[in-house]
Amino acid sequence: MIRVQREDFDVGAEIERLTAGRHDIGGVVSFVGLVRDMAGGTKIGAMTLEHYPGMTEKQLAEIEAEAHRRWPLAASLIVHRYGRMEPGERIVLVVTASAHREAAFEACHFLIDWLKTKAPFWKLEDTDKGAQWVAAEARDDAAAERWSKK
Amino acid sequence: MKILYFAWLRTRVGRAEEELTPPASVHDVRGLLDWLKTRSPGHAEAFKDLSVVRVAVNQTYVKLDHAVKPGDEVAIFPPVTGGMR
Repeated sequence: MIRVQREDFDVGAEIERLTAGRHDIGGVVSFVGLVRDMAGGTKIGAMTLEHYPGMTEKQLAEIEAEAHRRWPLAASLIVHRYGRMEPGERIVLVVTASAHREAAFEACHFLIDWLKTKAPFWKLEDTDKGAQWVAAEARDDAAAERWSKK
Repeated sequence: MKILYFAWLRTRVGRAEEELTPPASVHDVRGLLDWLKTRSPGHAEAFKDLSVVRVAVNQTYVKLDHAVKPGDEVAIFPPVTGGMR
């Protein structure tokens, strides 16, 4: 399942809903991304995530489907927020559930690495020098590259 | 053809979207970007360095040699920077 929303999410409630009544699930892995107050030595007051409605959902669904092709997942969930967020706020949630933990751990890691390079989000940071668009980082591509099929 | 702009490309072009009819000589993304550059100083500034420009046609990432045709939704944006860092 994927969801793109402005509002915050409740991690516990999301996991509860995803796994309710599912007795085939042996392990659940979750990743929660938060807004930090520093970026490369610059103090961040808040940030605004812009996205491409329609394509965002399509890309997230494709990334999720790829994870299900690669690992035996029983269930998965991606929730990604957009709009203005302050340091400490949750930005993104990735949950993977499987009969065994290895698949859940690996698929969760894969999903967060891939969505950072594939999902059409752009970050505008409020700094003491004014609002600045964040440039893409090569290390995100490198993190996703690890999962490329040989 | 519907053209969408995001992030700092939107700021430089000065609008989020526009409905345009490129000349018949425009066949692919590269040709479209070259034509868009001629439309205003803002467009020219936005597309001067194509190494930091990404394009999606009908919501799928494409390369500069991808074909474009009337009715397409073409989105132009910087490399994505979502999530945390």
